[in-house]
Amino acid sequence: MSAFDTAVHLVYLACATLFVAGLYLMNAPGTARRGNRLSAAGMLVAIAVTVAVLVEDGGLTAGAVVGLTVGAVAGGAAGLIAARRVRMTAMPQLVSLFNAVGGGAAALIALGDRATGAQAAVTGALDVVIGGITFSGSLIASGKLAGRVPGRPIVVPGGRIASAVLVVAAAGLAVLAGPGRATLPLAGVAGCALVLGVLLTLPIGGADMPVVISLLNACTGTAVAMAGFVLGSTPLIIAGALVGAAGAILTKLMADAMNRSVLAIVAGGYGSGDEVAVTPASGTPGVREISADDAGIQLGYAAKVVIVPGYGLAAAQAQHEVVALAQALTERGVDVSYAIHPVAGRMPGHMNVLLAEANAPYEQLKDLDESNPAFPGTDVALVVGANDVTNPAARRPGNAVSGMPILDVDKARSVIVIKRSLGHGYAGIDNELYHDPRTAMLFADAKAALTALLAAVRAYAA
Amino acid sequence: MTPLLMADLTVFTLSVLVGFEVISKVPATLHTPLMSGANAIHGVVLIGVMLLALSVTTAGGYLLLGVAAFFGAANVAGGYAVTDRMLGMFRSRS
Repeated sequence: MSAFDTAVHLVYLACATLFVAGLYLMNAPGTARRGNRLSAAGMLVAIAVTVAVLVEDGGLTAGAVVGLTVGAVAGGAAGLIAARRVRMTAMPQLVSLFNAVGGGAAALIALGDRATGAQAAVTGALDVVIGGITFSGSLIASGKLAGRVPGRPIVVPGGRIASAVLVVAAAGLAVLAGPGRATLPLAGVAGCALVLGVLLTLPIGGADMPVVISLLNACTGTAVAMAGFVLGSTPLIIAGALVGAAGAILTKLMADAMNRSVLAIVAGGYGSGDEVAVTPASGTPGVREISADDAGIQLGYAAKVVIVPGYGLAAAQAQHEVVALAQALTERGVDVSYAIHPVAGRMPGHMNVLLAEANAPYEQLKDLDESNPAFPGTDVALVVGANDVTNPAARRPGNAVSGMPILDVDKARSVIVIKRSLGHGYAGIDNELYHDPRTAMLFADAKAALTALLAAVRAYAA
Repeated sequence: MTPLLMADLTVFTLSVLVGFEVISKVPATLHTPLMSGANAIHGVVLIGVMLLALSVTTAGGYLLLGVAAFFGAANVAGGYAVTDRMLGMFRSRS
């Protein structure tokens, strides 16, 4: 090993250390940004030293230089512009998009490497399969989150049989693509993987997207590690494995938060609306409506208010309005906190990001375990566009949300629900909470309702 | 199995274990930035694309290289930028 090679390897090792340290610092809000920047610095150094490797080697053709430079500059610019412009509510779909291109790049590496006659057989095929599935799967997931693909589970007729056939076909082609210069079979493997990604993601409902994004993120990490095996590149193996592990853990945490197995989520079909209907628990049918003025007065004179934000809040982009209302209440001496379910929003922790964007005080954000003991002592629970995660039916067996950890909103002294209609959540079942005599419904768009509530608090509770 | 593959497998396995250990301590509040930050880290795939450039010699290969470079660079630049933006919001509280 030449002195140059040794130096390069040591720098790569330092970069890998920076990635690990960066991830480690992300375990607390105070150090997280420093951690991310440390990781980014490691990445910049790794790219710089790789440029040095390319220059030292001297084997780059003019075409390769042009392809690499044009692609990287355009891609970097596109990524930066998207990152700057994205609204925080639309961030999950952007992250999914970045995940798609990462997986795509990993798959292209194996294809490109095979085209040059290299021999990495098993890892190469794995790279193409995982990368291909991630690419098309993440694109569909991103489309579902953005509303370009319907969020409901789309069951493709014969999809399961087709998937099984594709798996067998991909395996067969991968054997054909074994050691040697066979590029075409490997391209066939890529084609199978792309279709598989679509078939696997379409039947999964929108409510399960947090888990799916996390799972696909883990897959991309693994694909990148496989690309590292193909090229014999240690930084790719280390970084890919780290991300694979991170994604796997987050996937497990998310699935646990919904009391569902990862396998059941991947099998799809959840929320198709054909589950057993749930009848209201008590004998009080009918729903009580409340005006914004009455609700505002109730909030203004409460001692303790817990706000439960859900997807409806994110969809209406009403995070600034909810924080303004909370602030007005706090100024009146009301004890305000937010109860945040782990799967509120469209990504794990997405709701925390939205509230942070609107400058909600960090100490007011409470997670599920912290919030639930507080509900019995709460005067008003204000539910904003959260449905399934507040459904008391989850405590009983035999329905679509059974066993899912929920926020015990029904234990508060009174409940105000802001919702556009009595429509179902992703689980596709009635929410018994809405029929509770202590619950009042404020039917409106979250943004408009919260603005009206703030005006009412200021006008009537002065 | 070559010694090289053996070494790569060892590195892979140990990295997975380190990943599990480091990530399992992150609070739910930070799960979105964490996922986004991890997403940026797998943008390291750009380095793989750069290394691949050494062996590409055909017009089709250059095109494929350009697309792969576009993908990898978008992932790495966008991933870090959007994570930084998000985490900036977590810090800017009074």
